Amino acid sequence: MTEWPILSIITFLPAVGALFILLIRGEKEVADRNARHVALLTTVVTFLASLSLWFGFDKTTADFQFVEKASWLEGTINYHMGVDGISVLLVLLTTFLMPICILSSFDAVKNRVKEYMLAFLLLETLMIGVFCALDLVLFYLFFEGGLIPMFLIIGVWGGQRKIYAAFKLFLYTLLGSVLMLLAMLYMYYVAGTTDIPTLLSYRFDADVQTWLWLAFFASFAVKMPMWPVHTWLPDAHVEAPTAGSVILAGVLLKMGGYGFLRFSLPMFPVASVELAPMVFTLSCIAVVYTSLVALMQKDMKKLIAYSSVAHMGFVTLGIFAANTQGIEGAIMVMLAHGLVSGALFLCVGVIYDRMHTREIERYGGLVNRMPKYALFFLFFTMASVGLPGTANFVGEILVLAGIFKVSTWAAFFATTGIILGAAYMLWLYRRVVFGELTKEDLKSILDLDKREVWIFAPLVVLTLWMGIYPASFMDFMHISVDNLVQQHQAATAAVHVTAAR
Amino acid sequence: MTTVLPNLVPALPEMIMAVGAMALLMLGVFRGNKSTGQVSWLAAVLMLVVMVIVAGAENDKIATFGDMFVVDGFTIFMKVLVLLASALAVLMSLPYLRAENIERFEYPILIALATLGMMVMVSANDLMTMYMGIEMQSLALYVMAAFRRDTAQSTEAGLKYFVLGALSSGMLLYGASLVYGFTGTTNFTVLANVLHGHEGHGPSLGVIFGLVFVAAGLAFKISAVPFHMWTPDVYEGAPTPVTAFFAVAPKVAALALLTRTLFVPFGDMAGSWQQIVIFMAIASMFWGSIAAVIQTNIKRLMAFSSIGHVGFALVGIAAGSPAGIKAMLIYMAIYLVMNVGAFVCILSMRREQGLVDDIDELAGLSRTQPAMAAALAIFMLSLAGIPPLAGFFGKFYVFSAAIDAGYYTLAILGVLASVIGAYYYLRIVKIMYFDEPVGAFEPLKAPVMSMIMMASAIFIVLFVFLPAPLRNTAESAAQALLH
Repeated sequence: MTEWPILSIITFLPAVGALFILLIRGEKEVADRNARHVALLTTVVTFLASLSLWFGFDKTTADFQFVEKASWLEGTINYHMGVDGISVLLVLLTTFLMPICILSSFDAVKNRVKEYMLAFLLLETLMIGVFCALDLVLFYLFFEGGLIPMFLIIGVWGGQRKIYAAFKLFLYTLLGSVLMLLAMLYMYYVAGTTDIPTLLSYRFDADVQTWLWLAFFASFAVKMPMWPVHTWLPDAHVEAPTAGSVILAGVLLKMGGYGFLRFSLPMFPVASVELAPMVFTLSCIAVVYTSLVALMQKDMKKLIAYSSVAHMGFVTLGIFAANTQGIEGAIMVMLAHGLVSGALFLCVGVIYDRMHTREIERYGGLVNRMPKYALFFLFFTMASVGLPGTANFVGEILVLAGIFKVSTWAAFFATTGIILGAAYMLWLYRRVVFGELTKEDLKSILDLDKREVWIFAPLVVLTLWMGIYPASFMDFMHISVDNLVQQHQAATAAVHVTAAR
Repeated sequence: MTTVLPNLVPALPEMIMAVGAMALLMLGVFRGNKSTGQVSWLAAVLMLVVMVIVAGAENDKIATFGDMFVVDGFTIFMKVLVLLASALAVLMSLPYLRAENIERFEYPILIALATLGMMVMVSANDLMTMYMGIEMQSLALYVMAAFRRDTAQSTEAGLKYFVLGALSSGMLLYGASLVYGFTGTTNFTVLANVLHGHEGHGPSLGVIFGLVFVAAGLAFKISAVPFHMWTPDVYEGAPTPVTAFFAVAPKVAALALLTRTLFVPFGDMAGSWQQIVIFMAIASMFWGSIAAVIQTNIKRLMAFSSIGHVGFALVGIAAGSPAGIKAMLIYMAIYLVMNVGAFVCILSMRREQGLVDDIDELAGLSRTQPAMAAALAIFMLSLAGIPPLAGFFGKFYVFSAAIDAGYYTLAILGVLASVIGAYYYLRIVKIMYFDEPVGAFEPLKAPVMSMIMMASAIFIVLFVFLPAPLRNTAESAAQALLH
């Protein structure tokens, strides 16, 4: 079994499914149904295939595993794939969320179903590729390529201001990414290789590091998104179809955090230490400011989108705390946020499908007609707030522990963010679900059907599992994170010694 | 007494081309305009046959006609591109000529003769050969721009092209005469030796002046800013298949000529010409991108797009290294495919009233003609340089060469320009995919068009899986030029 190129299979399986969808012909009704089923089947099979990573992953080593290598572009630019403790869970998160996304858009998407499924499957290939790529150019290829399907998903199936949102997303991220591309080319020129494992042990000059770090930061900060370049996210979210939002929040936002962990921190350790205060400041502003903005939102999706920015602030805080708790916490927040905010967007999607509005004011008293829905929504609201026993709690407490060691002020503001988070989420829940059912058009609203329950169930299970017994997830990352932290400390210490001389 | 006949073998493809074109002319004259289809196909076959002969030649450098004409790996690469682009242009034109009722047999023959001029340009190793090639090419192109002589637009385009082209030829000749006057030779190889000897005190001012004028004349041919003014008008006014031809083959040939001129005779004066090329590269990239944003006519848009792309290719030349030349070669090869593909789509924008060229006519194409919309979207995104499409690799190699050579500012400005450029390419994708449909175009009656469209799209998408052959060929071609 070990001979199988499992990562390539997982990565390109969705693309193969997309090819099949391309070949589907026939009556619109039949073709649409077939496209839906092919997409669902492909994503489920991909998920099952990716489970072999879960079972086959060796948790006792920090090395890259399931490595594949083939010559590709230049002598030194190769097709090189592999996962370690940091990326393996993100791959699994992607493959896990995809079938849910496809399933959730079975009824919601009615026009151009074939193209929709096609775009999603291509997007999955590109997202998995990002987390598996062990070559800078290959990484960039997947990282940037994801923009094309995302542009189409938002632009074709989005809401009213979809075109503005699609352009904003595309041009913002493109601008950030091309600067990163130049930094990559420079690294290729200096180090003579684009191989990520080799570059991880390469020491760049301290003054060059700052420039390279900033170039990578330009890209990842936009993707993350960090304040003040987060403005594309609320627009994109509001206008994206539900499944698009889930993927956007669940996986695409994780690429920024993953990039910081894979590139910025280990490859430019000195610059990371030097510029950490800037990151802390931006993150704290993000946590507090976007939480306040979230309080004032009238649109449910926008509210959750702003809460995503706040959560991502936690991730950057944890990563640049650069200690074991901080980084592990950051990864946990990323995973938890992937599940919970994805689920929250699905919750919004459920009532949007019925009422075709996302305005908070148009709802109220849903608990009277939709008890099952109220239960699920409550669960994910609590999870988002960080209730102990859910996944977010584990991540947030670790991040706070990590950041407290580095900066008390940052920890203080981050905690404020948690309180504000509880405020806006609970207030949202109260306004939508509780109270008397007074609105006429809500009186005939239907509760969750079986398909919708099945969509939520695995998310609930996983959120609880991660919250109650996080060890089964954290075991994956311990060694890799320890290794990362040690190397980081060694690198910064070495510089301090030379500086002291 | 030794033989006076020069070695004709290296020039065999050119001779076949010339004889073939004349034979086709005879055929056309005898059989009249009803033979246009036949002549076109024969011309395309002729070009493809010559292409195979060119590609089959040895990579070693052979000079003939008193060292005025060379053949090496570089010329082979560029001639293959030129011949491929010309053959495709002939095939793309045929349905248009039929539909517009301007089937005239001179059309494919003019393309063939222009191609012959381009081949001479690519192989030129002397200022004289250079001028001869350029003029042979240009005269045919002027006529082609005015091919629809019954419309004001087309004749205006032809006239504009002719007047400005003559001006640039004048500049080129003036520069060539300065170079000859100050060095005493017109031959590239001898020039390189003469200028090499000047290491100590640098080349004289006269030679630098000559170089600047020659470079300006060539910059006109590749339509680099600030010598680009003719491009949008000529592209818009000329018949669409002629525009498609203009956008690729002549640019490839002129870039080949510019590269050889800068690197071989003036290789030791790199410091003098690099700053010119850098300026032209930056100006072209930015002006091409910014001016394209406001265009509503797709032919004008493609004109500015081609200006921008020449800027990117010039970045490779500005790097002044083998890696830079390699990058430029890869860029032009990919540019050829993208542009041919895009123009096939533009040539398919036909309604009852004829060919339309307003961008808004594409609205909602993804619903009325999904295959064509997908293909055009692929070409546009590739032109914008979005990975994993082929266009990205062109930009990748170009910027990689610029970074290697230490031109960081140039590289940063280049990527910024490409982000601006991405906007207008995306706008076309947006119009096709997001806007409400305005009705389908007339279906394509020529299977050859859909075949070219499909083949180009497949190449662009799948290039990522097999980039090595093109890269290796380009690399050996770049090395052949410098040795």
